[in-house]
Amino acid sequence: MIEKTATELARALHSGEISSVELTKAYLNRISALNNQLNAFITICEESALEQARAADTRRAAGDSSPLLGIPLAHKDIFCTKDQITSCGSRMLHNFTAPYDAYVVERFNAAGAVMLGKTNMDEFAMGSSNETSFFGPVRNPWDTERVPGGSSGGSAAAVAADLCAMATGTDTGGSIRQPAAFCGITGFKPSYGRVSRWGMIAFASSLDQAGPLCKSAEDAALMMNVMAGPDRRDSTCAELETEDYQAGIGQGLKGLKIGLPRQHFAEGLSAEVELRIRDALAEFEKLGATVIDIDLPNNHLSVSAYYVVAPAEASANLSRYDGVRYGYRCEQPVDLEDLYKRSRSEGFGEEVKRRIMVGTYALSAGYFDAYYRKAQKIRRLIKNDFDTAFNSVDVIIGPTSPHTAFTLGSKTDPVAMYLEDIYTIAVNLAGLPGISIPAGLCGGLPAGLHIIGNDFAESRVLNVAHQFQLATDFHRQKPALKVN
Amino acid sequence: MAFDRLEVEKVAQLARLHISDAEAQEVTSRINDILDLIDRMQSVDTENVEPLAYPRDVRQRLRPDEITETDRREELQRLAPAVESGLFLVPKVLD
Repeated sequence: MIEKTATELARALHSGEISSVELTKAYLNRISALNNQLNAFITICEESALEQARAADTRRAAGDSSPLLGIPLAHKDIFCTKDQITSCGSRMLHNFTAPYDAYVVERFNAAGAVMLGKTNMDEFAMGSSNETSFFGPVRNPWDTERVPGGSSGGSAAAVAADLCAMATGTDTGGSIRQPAAFCGITGFKPSYGRVSRWGMIAFASSLDQAGPLCKSAEDAALMMNVMAGPDRRDSTCAELETEDYQAGIGQGLKGLKIGLPRQHFAEGLSAEVELRIRDALAEFEKLGATVIDIDLPNNHLSVSAYYVVAPAEASANLSRYDGVRYGYRCEQPVDLEDLYKRSRSEGFGEEVKRRIMVGTYALSAGYFDAYYRKAQKIRRLIKNDFDTAFNSVDVIIGPTSPHTAFTLGSKTDPVAMYLEDIYTIAVNLAGLPGISIPAGLCGGLPAGLHIIGNDFAESRVLNVAHQFQLATDFHRQKPALKVN
Repeated sequence: MAFDRLEVEKVAQLARLHISDAEAQEVTSRINDILDLIDRMQSVDTENVEPLAYPRDVRQRLRPDEITETDRREELQRLAPAVESGLFLVPKVLD
């Protein structure tokens, strides 16, 4: 049962084939059998999960048939949860219990979903391999010597290994889509502003967006129906009415125009991954779509612009961690300056400090125009490239990542790590929706297919992904994990 | 734009971070690598390009100036490392 999609589980719960308590116990057992190997969870909420499951079964007995009622999920440890620790993968917050639930958590709670625990992640979501976590790296269920991708690596590994039915994540430069690709699951980043950032610990506020990591595009639609929506507490959350995303995924693809960005098939892309993507495109053509070559001429500058914008915003956001109001405080500070400096230096890991330094430098007097303003102008050019492309195509398709999951510890150079997100970052800079879905295996490791849509074209992106999954079964492929 | 040891100290001070002598060399060289990556932007002429701060040009929403938050001081201060009589404790600032 635990390998089923959330959509299938919803049916099984509805028909009475299984209860939420039984299902929750099955996942908790799986977690206790495999989490030692994978390190996907930072916190496991056994007691409260069973309590929520009992409540869900009671609600169902009283006639409630909410679609996610009783379905066990995991939240990335970046979402604030009342009564459970929210660490953000950092020593800085390793003992922090938020005084409130994040919007996303509120919504899933109200829908009756069961929270199994909080998943591991790169520290403050800064990383593409989940190796920067204070709680140690997550391991990829397909090969435990390899990384799961990051920063939502714990959520991706947990879904891939059936430690939960579905999970939440956040994506600032690829942090949902790249781990989804590496772990062979479906990961969706909605348009900027589609999901409220209330209670989601801030990394780069103009880029951060929450979204689902799950077992199918249909499940992503199901989760988006709960997650999306206007929320006055996040002033950048779109006031646009949400759609019924489940209702939007039933359209055939006849006449769909797919843009193939030449820049996503250039130097650096592994030949094997390219084969999987080309095969997928042939499948889309069989489904009635046409494929057109397009250009995103400024894509090669996206990583450069991102590594100004994201660190600049991070340096401002992370200035709140001062060892005074909450979070880590150093021992025996000699004066206030020492308290600030040592609390921050001991509380933050290397990568986080590096980005704070870069961001502070880019914003400092004398460099603002050369770095920050320049990056914002490049951001405009990148957005214009997409606007032009969407004048002639409906969706843009390419690989999610240049290759499959790499081995733990193999990328020590930060710049090499940053270039991992070469196909995903521009989508965040432009605020567009993007999904990664499995496109088959390369030497036993999953490759991800990236589908990008225009602003607020969530339904279209999910529909294209769902139609592909109706015709193929790559999303059903599972890692052969052994319980030790 | 070379980012040297002196610059590292200046920026670390602005960011309230402590970089030890042992770390300084590696930090300097890593940040220089990142700045090289960033400097690729300079190859494009952006003279007449309007900067983009947010994915879409949103206007800040206004709301009525009403009290919406309740007093949760006690609850929130329980999260602090050191508190006394409703105040956050820090090392002595003034003699």
